[in-house]
Amino acid sequence: MLYNEPSPLETKVLTRRFGMERSAAIETYLATDGYRAFQKAAGMTPDEVINEVKASNLRGRGGAGFPTGMKWSFVPRTSPKPKYIVVNGDEGEPGTCKDRLLIESDPHQLIEGVLIAGLAVDAHKGWIYIRGEYRYLIDIMDRAIAEAYAGGWLGKNIQGTGFDFDLYTHTGAGSYECGEESALLESLEGKRGVPRIRPPFPAVAGAFQSPTVLNNVETFCAAPSIILNGGAAFAALGIPKAGGTKMTCLSGHINKPGVYELRLGFPVKQMIEEVGGGIRNGKKLKAFIPGGSSCPVLTAAECEGATMDYDSMAQRKTMLGSGGVIVMDEDTCMVKACMRLMKFYAHESCGWCIPCREGTTWLNKIMTRVHAGGGTEADIGLLGDIAKNMLGRTFCPLGDAAAMPMISFVEKFRQEFEDHLHGRPCPFEHSGVGVTA
Amino acid sequence: MAGTVKLTIDGHEVNAPAGMLVIDAAKLAGIEIPAFCYYEGLSLQAACRMCLVEVEKMPKLMTSCTLPVAEGLVVRTETPQVVAARKYMLEFLLTNHPLDCPVCDKGGECELQDMVFRYGAGESRYAETKVHTPEKQFSPVVFYDAPRCILCYRCVRVCNEGMGVNALGVIQRGVASEIAPNDGDHLECDECGECIDICPVGALTSGIYRYQTRPWEMTHVGTICAHCSDGCKTTLGTRNDRILRGNNRDRSGINGEFLCIKGRYGFDFYDHPERLQSPLMRVNGKLEEVSWSQALAAVAAKFKETIGAGTFGVIGSNHTTNEENYYLQKFARGVLGTNNVDHRRTGDVVTLLDALSGKPDKLATVEDLYERKAFLVLGADLALEHPLLSYQIRANWRHHQAHVYVVTPNEAREDRYAAATVRGRDYESLREKLQAEPELVILFDDFYQGGELGKLVEFGESLGIPVRYVCLVDYANSRGAIDMGLVPELLPGYQPSAQAGLHVDEMIAAELNVLWVIGANPLEHAERKAGFLVVQDLFLTETARQADVVLPAACAYEKNGTVTSGTGEVQRLARAINTMGAKTDLEIVGFLAREMGAAVGPWTPDAVFEEIRENVRGYDVAIEALATGGAAQTTPVDGRIAVAGEAGPVRSARNGLFASGTLGRYSKVLNSVLESRLSR
Repeated sequence: MLYNEPSPLETKVLTRRFGMERSAAIETYLATDGYRAFQKAAGMTPDEVINEVKASNLRGRGGAGFPTGMKWSFVPRTSPKPKYIVVNGDEGEPGTCKDRLLIESDPHQLIEGVLIAGLAVDAHKGWIYIRGEYRYLIDIMDRAIAEAYAGGWLGKNIQGTGFDFDLYTHTGAGSYECGEESALLESLEGKRGVPRIRPPFPAVAGAFQSPTVLNNVETFCAAPSIILNGGAAFAALGIPKAGGTKMTCLSGHINKPGVYELRLGFPVKQMIEEVGGGIRNGKKLKAFIPGGSSCPVLTAAECEGATMDYDSMAQRKTMLGSGGVIVMDEDTCMVKACMRLMKFYAHESCGWCIPCREGTTWLNKIMTRVHAGGGTEADIGLLGDIAKNMLGRTFCPLGDAAAMPMISFVEKFRQEFEDHLHGRPCPFEHSGVGVTA
Repeated sequence: MAGTVKLTIDGHEVNAPAGMLVIDAAKLAGIEIPAFCYYEGLSLQAACRMCLVEVEKMPKLMTSCTLPVAEGLVVRTETPQVVAARKYMLEFLLTNHPLDCPVCDKGGECELQDMVFRYGAGESRYAETKVHTPEKQFSPVVFYDAPRCILCYRCVRVCNEGMGVNALGVIQRGVASEIAPNDGDHLECDECGECIDICPVGALTSGIYRYQTRPWEMTHVGTICAHCSDGCKTTLGTRNDRILRGNNRDRSGINGEFLCIKGRYGFDFYDHPERLQSPLMRVNGKLEEVSWSQALAAVAAKFKETIGAGTFGVIGSNHTTNEENYYLQKFARGVLGTNNVDHRRTGDVVTLLDALSGKPDKLATVEDLYERKAFLVLGADLALEHPLLSYQIRANWRHHQAHVYVVTPNEAREDRYAAATVRGRDYESLREKLQAEPELVILFDDFYQGGELGKLVEFGESLGIPVRYVCLVDYANSRGAIDMGLVPELLPGYQPSAQAGLHVDEMIAAELNVLWVIGANPLEHAERKAGFLVVQDLFLTETARQADVVLPAACAYEKNGTVTSGTGEVQRLARAINTMGAKTDLEIVGFLAREMGAAVGPWTPDAVFEEIRENVRGYDVAIEALATGGAAQTTPVDGRIAVAGEAGPVRSARNGLFASGTLGRYSKVLNSVLESRLSR
């Protein structure tokens, strides 16, 4: 099912089956080049598969943007331990809703991507970890897996290639932290979802202490196209340092919110104006979060000349992240938006380490108070200070994910914070717009 | 991992073994990097972020508890950036901390207080409401106050990894996270209190100690636990002749910081309401309080008139000191002229030493249990009957992957990590596996006595690998009592006794003129047959109730002297408190000797121990180790022991964690925990 009209500006690679009749069914998949990439990869050596992925310039789509081919090459293929493939479908980053569509509309593409990764690292077992709130996707995924087993695309000696692979689904229990790869592995193993000390990284000691390839849903979904059409072709879709397309989730105050597959390097302005149909009610852009709530916010001015790719965002001291774009118009109360984000991080901090556990809660409490008019000048400094004391000192990136937006909101929208102090009501409350908490 | 690497910490050049963590390497240079969650011997957490240090060429501060040393590493532990990071980490910690130090048990010895003091993090910018949850009671022993908890997970780890119990976990998440029993709303565990002692703050507190005192008002006396034979050092916190707590936070002694419920809380029998504080004498058929001089005079007179004219029986104790046992048998044999001297034997040490004669290095020490590569546990559920030995082997398995073989009639905790488990007694079936081990320590219970033990030693010696043995015995000085010749067939130091004598069972069945029982309860299920019965004990036991004279004795915490652990370490008891009216058994025997005009020698513990060092084989230990509160290994006896006739009966009481013979009956805490009722 489609949630939004496709845009003519999209480059449909991963989403090319979206909108087709029974797009999730194996017949549809097979009729549209499905599993041909697996058959091609089965005829290649593991190194050839990895080199093809390296050539594609594919970078991890979960948010960190680590080169995928390199990650796969870290797996010690000669290790006597079994190797595993784990799919991170714990899509929890606020503003991000792409993985669910990939699973919902084209689950076989994910299965094929996992099989290709299995060939690349000599893995014969994998899990698709799906966030607890996406429980309905488990049914879709399980149905697709059953179809794949029935069609001989999973199980023993797949299509006579001699390659065995078993794939399972596993559901999370509603924790954002379990989207962090090591916490996901803990959760997968049936333990409390808290992150692990790294190193060792999952490539060396992942699921059940065995070498594990762990990537985002979207990353695996890119693999079939890369193998089928060649890494170079995929790379050519993007920009020199980052190949392919990015599923971009447009949300916020725009006319056509939705998930769009855009080439890496797509201009931000064009994305908002043409793909997203512009800001609602003809309002002006105030702020822009490029890749999920953990990324520092950009002002409208900073969006000038920006493109949706890793480097352009890094130049602006933010991140492409997961592709969860949040657009905020001029009527948005930035204090309230920030407060909502801090509420999220305080709620989702797993509690493992001190600075994140105490820092996120503290930020949330101050933000709530400041937004309600109970703040003083000192609080503004304190907010930034708390965030800086968390930054880089927490166990896992969740603390940074709270600290970075906090710092950017205070730095870039300080005036709005000051407008809330000393018992003054929120200047935006009367306008009837703003981010709802 | 071989070799050392050179690194620089705060300008000091440090040579550290490869693989060592920076936090430990810093200690080599005398630098303490602060940490809450890092704890030697337990798994790494990196959760408290206190040990952050600056490392050259690293963009961020690094946790020194997870950073292994590397050649050329340059580490700075107290730069302004590091100090600020720690100070702010403490500010974070205190945001939801109740700051109820004035009423907190931990006040004065709290690691959080110390850290805040060290980094001057006394000021807080936190102006919001604090998260508060009410205090919870997990068991009669364990209380938990979540707001004080800093979530360092030491308790969770020591319970799971150290004890192998896994009773504690974490519930909720984020700022609501708290420690909770894994199994419902209360603890069913060993009730050892390790979690409480290891807690750096006052989050876990003990039901026994809480709100009793301020820590600095106590005197701390290191002595040896009065209960089982493992020989744990327990440091008693006392005030005004009352013991308020036991722990071993300074990790002195063979047990390090380990203590079970008995060592940590089981001292409380000393002030049981039924504790005897005055001598009793039978007057018109009833026991009545008399003065010490009256009682001693009566006993001395009776002894005197019986010498040469009648028969004596002397039953000693598994709990009294080496000095008391030595002096007692010397008195019995020299003054009373009897060889009817025995105590209740709980392990067949005599047969073991006999079977191992001529073979040096055959007796395993507590240290061996942590260091040797393979273990064969026979008969006993070690974790319940010998918690320290079990703890050592478990730590060995965790740290060095030691192989543990279990041959027991019933399930044992060691099963969980055993290389092989056999239900029953068939150790023979493990022969091939054991032969493949480089070395072995065999621990066995009282089932292996006499012929069975002979067979076992034969088996061990036929494996073709170095094998050491531990004969499990029950009580604090069970081993010492045998070493001191408190048996009819052996004099001190396993010298053969020329004269025949009666064993315990024979003595209580015989119609002796005088039966003298010191710290034992042989008539628990028997009627007195002796013409005159003298009992020295803490309580009016079944035996004492039948006595003509009862002399109130001091307990182990009220006397000086030495005891010998089951694994042969001799250690010093230090008097922690005095209980009015009670006298040590050494004093009582000494006073009796004086009353009778007999020359047995001075009866101060030091003088008697000097005599023991001279006369008892294996006890010529370095006095310095003992004097400084350490343990001295008694040299294993190496020579054939001639045992005249049948050795006496050997019976273990198989006390679990919540029983301890007579003492256990009078310990409030041992009887209060749910598990003691469940285990009955």
